[in-house]
Amino acid sequence: MDVEDIEIELFVRAMQLRHGHDFTEYAPASLKRRVQQLVRTHHAGSISELNRRLLHEEGFVTRVIEGLSVPVSEMFRDPPVFRALRDKVLPVLASYPEINIWQAGCAHGQEVYSLAILLEEAGLYERTRIYATDFNDAALQVAAEGIYATRDARDWSRNYIEGGGQKSFSDYYSARYDFIKLDQRLRRNVTFFNHNLVTDEVFCEAHLILCRNVLIYFNNALQDRTLGLFRDSLVRGGFLCLGTRENIDFSPSAASFGDIDAGLRIYQAGAGVARPLAR
Amino acid sequence: MTARAAIAMGCSAGGLAALQRVLPALDRRLAVPVVVCAHTGSADVSLLVELLGRVSALPVVEAAEREPADPGVVHVAPSGYHLLVEPNAHFSLNVDARVTYARPSIDVLFETAAGAWKDGLVAVLMTGANSDGAQGLRAVRQAGGYALVQDPASAESDVMPRAGLDIAGADACLPLDQIAARLNQLCLP
Ligand SMILES: C[S@@+](CC[C@H](N)C(=O)[O-])C[C@H]1O[C@@H](n2cnc3c(N)ncnc32)[C@H](O)[C@@H]1O
Repeated sequence: MDVEDIEIELFVRAMQLRHGHDFTEYAPASLKRRVQQLVRTHHAGSISELNRRLLHEEGFVTRVIEGLSVPVSEMFRDPPVFRALRDKVLPVLASYPEINIWQAGCAHGQEVYSLAILLEEAGLYERTRIYATDFNDAALQVAAEGIYATRDARDWSRNYIEGGGQKSFSDYYSARYDFIKLDQRLRRNVTFFNHNLVTDEVFCEAHLILCRNVLIYFNNALQDRTLGLFRDSLVRGGFLCLGTRENIDFSPSAASFGDIDAGLRIYQAGAGVARPLAR
Repeated sequence: MTARAAIAMGCSAGGLAALQRVLPALDRRLAVPVVVCAHTGSADVSLLVELLGRVSALPVVEAAEREPADPGVVHVAPSGYHLLVEPNAHFSLNVDARVTYARPSIDVLFETAAGAWKDGLVAVLMTGANSDGAQGLRAVRQAGGYALVQDPASAESDVMPRAGLDIAGADACLPLDQIAARLNQLCLP
């Protein structure tokens, strides 16, 4: 085993034993790159030095969580997904008097606002509650503020239109110099809070769970456990939407989901068709 | 030296034409995974997969999350994600920030492939107009892997191979039409 891999194991142990954060079941290649990035960000020189600070330096763990989280997101990422949600999922949700949506791993909140806009335009937002969760407090704070760089707005405006938006994206924000601020009315039914998918439990009965590009950081065992958590959180017939390149073929828990649009990774709980397990 | 265990290739501007020259000349008996990271700038890599599939000696597929890097198959990185090779030689994807302005990034593929295959890896850096891949190539060499760089003079855009040679050096620097033959030689038992 090379020295760096040993240092990473020690890092993971320190996070676990000292701070109660469990990264043992994250996919190792991504985790390694992020730890290396942390060394550079904090001019630590080596992972061992990072570990020393993690053990001894008050508050350093928060910086580390922020570095391991990398809350990269976009509004209306993969526009066809939002179109499909509008056409195939919202009409079913419309039959419920109250709608609960869990957005797990909401990062800087771009998807939360995208979802709120989608629901607003479908006339469903008034009776919807969105639970937007992440395990990175700093990211949750940014998400709640809804302030983003103006240079991203053009791409997002294109995504919005491709995703079936009915107005103009600029109707939803005010622009000031280098920043745009999303209309804060969009978050009137959003609750942001810290929830760790590895250690925390079911907290609501959801009709739709959106968890895109989060499980890609987990190994097969943790992906499977998290899909089990989603299954247990969803009402019968509730929907699950994952990132468009995610693969659930290795997860036994995925057997309880049927396909709504397999290509876009939109599934329905208890929809009968058991998914075959890969190899 | 025993035969190498895997091939990783990176290219950018001019990459399609370069791959269309190299992949047809690979030996059909090649029993190692071939992993390609090409910056295409398009949102969907399926067109690239199709174009390469028409001419390649080996089947070409989009690299899929959690699936093994199958031998005798060319796996192409999907657009919008970094493609990583896990220590068990299965693929993973992430949406971390762009590296040297790119996602997928060749550096990310090369570094993680080096972690998985160590001295069994052959990394090929070809035509391109930016320096992605150079750091990755260095990691490959540090892990004992073999670095093959396209001769900049034969590259449609020479920035990428030049950066590779500057930063990492190479075990071989060959014109485009000799790359496949070298790969066959290195990877056939
Ligand atoms: C790449 S972002 C996904 C953003 C958004 N869903 C998208 O696809 O654009 C991944 C997010 O997952 C969060 N995350 C990672 N591990 C987590 C865990 N164990 N519990 C909760 N959130 C987690 C990170 O903090 C990060 O904000």
